[in-house]
Amino acid sequence: QPNQLRDITMALNASRRYGSIISPLLRANQARSLSTTSRRCQELQEKQADFYGLEHKELQSSLKKLIDKEINPYVDEWEAAGEFPAHHVFKLLGDAGFLGVTKPVEYGGLGLNYRFSVAMAEALGSVHCGGIPMAVAVQTDMSTPALTRFGSDYLKKEFLVPSISGDVVSCLGVSEPNAGSDVANISTTAKRVGDDLVINGQKMWITNAFQADWMCLLANTSDGASHHTKSLICVPMNTPGIHLTKRIDKMGMRCSDTAQVFFDDVRVPAKNIIGQDGAGFMYQMIQFQEERLAAAALALSPMDIVIKQTIDYTTTRTAFGKPLLHNQSIHFRLAELATEVESLRALIYRATDLYVGGADVTKLASMCKLKSGRLAREVMDSCLQYWGGMGFTNEVLVSRLYRDMRILSIGGGADEVMLGIICKYMGTLPKLPKTKK
Amino acid sequence: MKAIVGVKRVIDYAVKIRVRPDKLGVVTDGVKHSMNPFDEIAIEEAVRLKEKKIVKEIIAVSCGPKQAQETIRTALAMGADRGIHVEMTAADMDKLQPLHVSKILANLVAKEKADIVILGKQAIDDDTNATAQMTSALLDWPQATFASKVEKEGDTLKVLREVDGGMETIIVKLPAVVSADLRLNEPRYATLPNIMKAKKKKIAKMKPGDCGVELKTHFDVVDVSDPPVREAGIKVDDVDTLIAKLKEAGKI
Repeated sequence: QPNQLRDITMALNASRRYGSIISPLLRANQARSLSTTSRRCQELQEKQADFYGLEHKELQSSLKKLIDKEINPYVDEWEAAGEFPAHHVFKLLGDAGFLGVTKPVEYGGLGLNYRFSVAMAEALGSVHCGGIPMAVAVQTDMSTPALTRFGSDYLKKEFLVPSISGDVVSCLGVSEPNAGSDVANISTTAKRVGDDLVINGQKMWITNAFQADWMCLLANTSDGASHHTKSLICVPMNTPGIHLTKRIDKMGMRCSDTAQVFFDDVRVPAKNIIGQDGAGFMYQMIQFQEERLAAAALALSPMDIVIKQTIDYTTTRTAFGKPLLHNQSIHFRLAELATEVESLRALIYRATDLYVGGADVTKLASMCKLKSGRLAREVMDSCLQYWGGMGFTNEVLVSRLYRDMRILSIGGGADEVMLGIICKYMGTLPKLPKTKK
Repeated sequence: MKAIVGVKRVIDYAVKIRVRPDKLGVVTDGVKHSMNPFDEIAIEEAVRLKEKKIVKEIIAVSCGPKQAQETIRTALAMGADRGIHVEMTAADMDKLQPLHVSKILANLVAKEKADIVILGKQAIDDDTNATAQMTSALLDWPQATFASKVEKEGDTLKVLREVDGGMETIIVKLPAVVSADLRLNEPRYATLPNIMKAKKKKIAKMKPGDCGVELKTHFDVVDVSDPPVREAGIKVDDVDTLIAKLKEAGKI
């Protein structure tokens, strides 16, 4: 503020000449500029340098309209019911083009770059629960990236096209009861019998499974070194031999259906293998980059919303004669949290830019995933405290997101796995003796 | 038929309005803006008429500073074919009155040889509800305001209007001016393919002078202030007490 500085300097010089007459004026000037600064700061903050262009913002505003009209009014009902109507919601999103943002135009997608995916993830975060954005992310960033990049034209026409149009619901079958973080150790097999594969085994924690039409399954198709024996396979969920037993009762993400899936001699054509037989593990690792960036981006809006709602709540809630927000411990803490959210946002944007530029962002994506999981827990926990008793009820968003966001540090790559990846890139992992398998 | 649809960039309906420190207006700097909801309905109606092949081309028009282009882009993403941005400074925007807008629209109708003008019934910032009526008077066209249903019958429009007394059906000869009311339709959210297609659609730039309008104010705003804080009511136990209290307050 060069003008203010000049004014203050002039006033200071004047006060030296005219003594105490000027200093009240000076003090008044400073006080006035300080009081308007707060308001002016709030008004200025909209004009930040933008990561998003006009089209990204149009996408976000259109998606938010869809969410406000077709999704948020029903979230409470769906959370209570333990399931949201995936086919209905996915068809709405698919019709509006939101399920194929980065997918190839020849299969019905829009062929836009990953920055649009991140824009969409930030907008999806305005849903009043974590379950639905997570389910959508499964379809857009977990079960379809490898298919898009490595699948045959036949597979893409059969599975990718309807996934983009929203006519089918998909799920990702990687985790098993005995292998979550340790993906290489999965035991589901898909044995070649003539032109078919016969699948036996079980998968656990499968989001969307109860409503899915097809699964992107990771299974062992050969014996040998565990990193080269796996394939990704497109499996229609109505194939005989597939049993969904448990509907897993979770502490959060309650409107998202999660299943344990059994495969008893499930037969699919061998041409349903995505890309190369045996390359599944590598494809899955590549798929994880996008999954992790998307998961991190999905956490941004919920955190922003909860911080804002907490500010609103503590403005109206009074204790000891003043609004809760007037306590420095509270407004300072919220400022700390907001700082951390912006730092995470900057990291996600940077990783996105590098990814769009063609770089491998495994390390940064892992950092984003690690940070988002931990920060989301911190933000929800700290904010819930400021809601007091109300925060402990099921009538507020903060308690639902407290439950929903907890999974971020576990699913899609647990914190510990992310830390291991980062250490690998830092060269700090102890060298293990080579064991013969 | 060629349709001209007016779209206005207004403060978003969900924003908490604050009076400016100079008490001559409200704070607009840094505040979220969006397309006037009734204008969204107007664009949606035009797009539906185009889908029914009644309208051939939709031109979205907006008067305002540089940011008005965002509003036109939203209209293009919803299905309008091209846009006209009548550009003015933010200071001039303060001087803009419905009469100016009506004159600009009338001028553009003549330039574009439009057959129908569809507007929102009122803007949610000034609630004037005058532009459609004045535009029709300037053009000497019939007006069908507060439309909740529009059907084309030959060279006329059959319009169902929501008026204070109930519902009224009128038949107006084309060309005509229509103003959209809330229940005319449910605006679509722009699909991503249409948002991307809108990038290629043209927005022509003009000045008020090009439309033969000088932004001269006909009146000065003296004061803008918040409405008085609503006071608490009182509960009474029975009808007799209610009547007594009303008599006391001089209401009956």
